[in-house]
Amino acid sequence: MELIFVNILDGLVTGLLLFMLCSGLTLIFSMMGVLNFAHASFYMLGAYFGYEISTFVGFWPGLIFAPILVGIAGALVERYGLRRVHQYGHVPELIFTFGLALLIEEIIQFFWGKNIMAYDEPDILNFVAFSIAGNAFPAYKVFMIFVAMGIFLVLLYILTRTRVGLIIQAALSYPNTVQNLGHNVPLVFMGVFGVGTALAGVAGVIAGPVLGTFPGMAVVLGSIVFVTIVIGGLGSLWGALIASLLIGWLQTFAASYNIVIGDVLVSIGFTRPENLDDSALRDLWTLTVSQIGPILPFLLMVLVLAIRPQGLFGKRES
Amino acid sequence: MNTTTKATASQRSATPLISLPQLAPWLIAILFLLLLPVIFNSGSALTIMNQMAITIVFALAYNMLLGQAGMLSFGHAVYMGLGGFFCVHLMNMVEFDGLWLPLPLLPLFGGFFGLIFAIIIGSFSTRRAGTVFAMISLGVGELIAASSIIIVAFFGGEEGISADRTMGPETFGFDFASQLEVYYLTAIWLVISAAAMYLFSRTPIGRIANAVRDNEERAEFLGYSQRYVRMISFCASGFFAGIAGGLFAINFEILTEENLNLGTSGVILLVTFLGGVGFFIGPIVGAVVFTLLQTVLSQYTEIWQLYLGALFVATVMFFPAGLTGLLAMHIQPFKLGKSSLLLRPYMRMLVPILVCFLSIAALLETAFHARHAPIGENEMNLFGIVFDSHGVLPWVVIVVLVLGSGFLVKRLAPELKEAWDDANYLEPRS
Repeated sequence: MELIFVNILDGLVTGLLLFMLCSGLTLIFSMMGVLNFAHASFYMLGAYFGYEISTFVGFWPGLIFAPILVGIAGALVERYGLRRVHQYGHVPELIFTFGLALLIEEIIQFFWGKNIMAYDEPDILNFVAFSIAGNAFPAYKVFMIFVAMGIFLVLLYILTRTRVGLIIQAALSYPNTVQNLGHNVPLVFMGVFGVGTALAGVAGVIAGPVLGTFPGMAVVLGSIVFVTIVIGGLGSLWGALIASLLIGWLQTFAASYNIVIGDVLVSIGFTRPENLDDSALRDLWTLTVSQIGPILPFLLMVLVLAIRPQGLFGKRES
Repeated sequence: MNTTTKATASQRSATPLISLPQLAPWLIAILFLLLLPVIFNSGSALTIMNQMAITIVFALAYNMLLGQAGMLSFGHAVYMGLGGFFCVHLMNMVEFDGLWLPLPLLPLFGGFFGLIFAIIIGSFSTRRAGTVFAMISLGVGELIAASSIIIVAFFGGEEGISADRTMGPETFGFDFASQLEVYYLTAIWLVISAAAMYLFSRTPIGRIANAVRDNEERAEFLGYSQRYVRMISFCASGFFAGIAGGLFAINFEILTEENLNLGTSGVILLVTFLGGVGFFIGPIVGAVVFTLLQTVLSQYTEIWQLYLGALFVATVMFFPAGLTGLLAMHIQPFKLGKSSLLLRPYMRMLVPILVCFLSIAALLETAFHARHAPIGENEMNLFGIVFDSHGVLPWVVIVVLVLGSGFLVKRLAPELKEAWDDANYLEPRS
């Protein structure tokens, strides 16, 4: 019972972290129709910028300035890269962001090398907040939950209660009409791209110390982020939140229960083959749930796409 | 560009199916493939040529999707990889279970396995083109790559599975123990599959795939099911990717998770796009250039992947038609007989551009060395010049070179543009 509670909290941390990436990505997608393949790379940039700043002035200034730098980088990419490629159509845009993801990874290795960085959580948060049945829950994770919740609330407020949010929402559905009303839609696009990448930067700064700051961190999270927004429905903020939490819990729960699939099969009524080494399905009998954890999100995505192509909360198909 | 080729294709339909001028490039290519190992006969050269041939088959198969049907896939390595894995298992069955299967036929089976998986996955992924298709292909690709690590019985886990190609029945006295025999086998399959893919692109279904790529709605109104057309292209592409996988299995005798993952799928996208998706020959050029760049650059510099990444992004941004598109741009001035107009500005541009690129590379190399070389090892060797990467003078020289050549390129650019415009107009412009 306590284990379930610990897993719920851990899954919440993972899910909210995912949501910080997905929210920006899904905003960018619904606005420009561009699936930003390099989104997780901006998350990685955030972690590295945060690390570099933290070596000079400590963690907290890094939390403020690294996302700003990432946002500026994102806005520049939109202004001078994406806007140029936009004229060729959506597929070249996707290819461009894919190339950008490769390039950012190489640039990171150029400056910081291939090794993992010694990026640690600040001392002030380096204590155990509380423990459940002997399982310590670090204060840093509590901090992560609060940051993610705060970002979600601010985002929701801006999008639904302010004038800027109104224009963004209008530009999502009718960019040409909004342009005709005298708003600078390309500027709005650039702003949304910048803010979206800055959100990814925040996620990078606070995830860097926990998940490790290394050149492969974008690849580790990148495809999961895509899976999440596809499951949630492309362009839906609520969908992104629900799907992020779903995937977060799915992964945490799968990782912590060591159920062998073979036992499940036996309990359903299958008989275990005598000699496993000769059986072509021997892996099926020896696999554990924690082993198949990493493929569950992809499986879920294929299922969702096959049954409901627009995703859980999506309104349109493409 | 496409409309003109279509028009000429319809005019040609009255004349014989294949004429000599059409056949000539193929004959030259075959002759070239035959002579290649005579010129470059070292072991490493043969390895590179084999790898090149496999990449060409795979890239051509990939371009059936990206270039001809307009479907962007981030998981096409799956079909090549699965074809390859099945071929390795077949080779092992030949060795241990006494299955009678001559090695030269193996790629065909790889193709069939690629086709089977393409039919299964294509049945739901080809419903939509564009972003949705790209996402499904990514998801399926990651799913299979991740499963390959945990399904040890078939994929061999982290270390993959290996086989021995020489254990099969001898074919015409060859046992394929030597690299040269494998080269000729690969070359034959290269020619067969390239010709088959070219012919596929000339069939009505290949043409309709182009139509669906350009405007799926109109194709629907003409009475073609866009989903069916995409499905056919997808299956054909999966088949030829499987052949490439079979060739890979024969050449390297081992397949691992790396053959299935996003990295390999990304490389083939890079190769195809670099060469140019608009022409049949594009992926061939891309595969040759990429393999050469990869082998040559990686010998001289540690940061070759940075150069490749930059080249790829620059191609997408400035030359979306790729290398072949860049060459094809010169057909028009050539036809007008005005290509001589371009010669002078090109010659004047050549030196500053070369200096510009080389000095930027020098800047990157020096910066990389200054940051990552072991402490105390300040000397570096660049283009045969030995200098201290921590010193001030080399930096000043390099920065001056970058700025100077950059300034010259910027100065000369308007002249080139004017010459380019002149060369593309029939009438001399006032």
